[in-house]
Amino acid sequence: MKFACFTLMPYRPLDMAERNKHRSAWVVMPNSLYDPRKGADEYESYISQLALAETLGFDIIAVNEHHQTAYGMMPAPNLIASALIQRTKKAKIAVLGRALPLVNNPITIAEEFAMLDTLSRGRLIAGFVRGIGTEYHATGINPAFSHERYLEAHDLIVQAWTRTGPFEFEGNHYNFRYVNLWPRPYQEPHPPIWVPSQGSSETIRWAASPERRYPFLVTFSAQDLVIRYLQMYKNQAREFGYEASGDQLGWAAPIYVADTDEKARAEAKAGAESLFNDYLYNPWEMLLPPGYMSKSSMKNTMKMRKALGSRPRTHSIDSLMESGTVIAGSPKTVLEKINRVRDQTGVNILVSMLQFGVMSDELAIRNMNMFSSEVMPHLR
Amino acid sequence: MSFTTTDLKVRHIAARQMQAGPTRSGKDETIVFLHGASGLPLWNDFFGSLAERYSLLVPEHPGFGGSSPPDDIRDIADMAMYYLDYLDRCTSGKVHLIGHSVGGWIAAEASCRNTRKIESLTLMAPAGLRIKGTPTGDNFIWSPEESVRNLVFDPALAERMLSRETSEEEADMILANRFMAAKLGWEPRWLNPALERWLHRIDVPTKIIWGANDNLFPAAYGKKWNDLIEASSLEVIDRCGHLPQVERPDESARIIISFLDGAAK
Repeated sequence: MKFACFTLMPYRPLDMAERNKHRSAWVVMPNSLYDPRKGADEYESYISQLALAETLGFDIIAVNEHHQTAYGMMPAPNLIASALIQRTKKAKIAVLGRALPLVNNPITIAEEFAMLDTLSRGRLIAGFVRGIGTEYHATGINPAFSHERYLEAHDLIVQAWTRTGPFEFEGNHYNFRYVNLWPRPYQEPHPPIWVPSQGSSETIRWAASPERRYPFLVTFSAQDLVIRYLQMYKNQAREFGYEASGDQLGWAAPIYVADTDEKARAEAKAGAESLFNDYLYNPWEMLLPPGYMSKSSMKNTMKMRKALGSRPRTHSIDSLMESGTVIAGSPKTVLEKINRVRDQTGVNILVSMLQFGVMSDELAIRNMNMFSSEVMPHLR
Repeated sequence: MSFTTTDLKVRHIAARQMQAGPTRSGKDETIVFLHGASGLPLWNDFFGSLAERYSLLVPEHPGFGGSSPPDDIRDIADMAMYYLDYLDRCTSGKVHLIGHSVGGWIAAEASCRNTRKIESLTLMAPAGLRIKGTPTGDNFIWSPEESVRNLVFDPALAERMLSRETSEEEADMILANRFMAAKLGWEPRWLNPALERWLHRIDVPTKIIWGANDNLFPAAYGKKWNDLIEASSLEVIDRCGHLPQVERPDESARIIISFLDGAAK
């Protein structure tokens, strides 16, 4: 198994009483609740943790992009990736990912990724995402064209990386008379492309197709859904006439390890509950703006989430652990839980989120140490 | 009094349309009503009154309701051209064109392009313009309940609307309608920045109707429309939100019929 250490960089000093006056910690919550000095401390903590991950033996350190939210302080994840490149030597740097449809000039994404790949001498993993639904409220980009823009921006970026320029790109959403990338990527033919997703069937089918075979990461879902989405990818691959390898399958989850199950549960509680109830929660209108998913995908998603019985903002550490959305426990328990998913799916990429929600630096670092020394070696 | 629903095909694009009247001695004139973002309307006295002496057609916009979103209708300009096709192919003679909200926007865009088949224009709280510093409501972020409460003035009416059960089929249509509405109006939000430069081209008698208490498009927008269209007059209905034909059906129908009887002839 390959291990990534990932953080969302949540803004932890958030005044939760104030946050609760708003329907979401995204887009509509005023940024007067953000203190730039505390923000600077947060960046320092998180970047140090990610740099430490290399020392602890993680294969990959990972960041991602979100906009106008206390959920994650990385509207421009490439800036953090660039800082991490300077602080590390061997670890892959994964940007999971840039949200392609949100930009009007995807060439800038091709350029920045090419720069990061070169600066790191080929350590970049390039994640391509659509952003979550709220991003379309934050940027104004029309969610009804999200899929089209994603596919077209992907084609443009890959062509920019691989075709000799200058060439002309003729699209529906993107049109460029001159595409001629300087610098080109360091890796040949280009950095690996990964596709983190909440499980839209269109995205899974597209990622699994034989000419792409992009690793698919299922993010923050109950264990049943994780297994179901990874199976969906494998079934798609089979329909395309090949067997998906474990290296095409990834799983991103909050993980917490302590000496005993009880201690892990107690220490993970505040972080996990704040992550799902305070930072991540969004009403449907913000999470699934019209057209963000096809009508059938949207109906399925709503049905599945309803079936899980999740009422708004009522997650408890117990319910999150029971559903397998959060993995917490003694090293033995955590190993068992990970192995259960691995046995059923063959998943070979684990994106572990070892700091989450309001969890302190102290607990996060202890968790990283425990996970890397007590869990990781048994899954290698 | 009621209506029939028939299938419609304009070139290769399929849709449905509601059809009614005239139920009393008719005038041999046709009203085409273009609906708002929530899709084909529920029949009420407003439509009943219009269908008394007029032949009333209420086409469903392509992509709304049951139909899958057509590839070649991607924005409001496409929709305007589609309705010019519709008028040419599906109506005989000139029509009185009425549009509500996004339907009003479509009607105005079509009328800027060509009024060959348009006798008169009635715009009920149309989308499409912006007054800088006078923001519109964000009906894409409102919850379904908030939407209802924000769209009507009378809280008792809001309660009645909210107590209506939604069937699974209707829930499906709501999803489809929102998808298509987003295509037309998400970005820039309910706005064509160029439209105000061309509204002077509307060369038919025009009535603008606005609810005084519209929380989606404030009544100040009515004045701007009235200023920009030459042969127009504005009627503001008090104690009325964004859905005059639902909240004040009799008053709305009265305004339109007297407009059609007088100025439009």
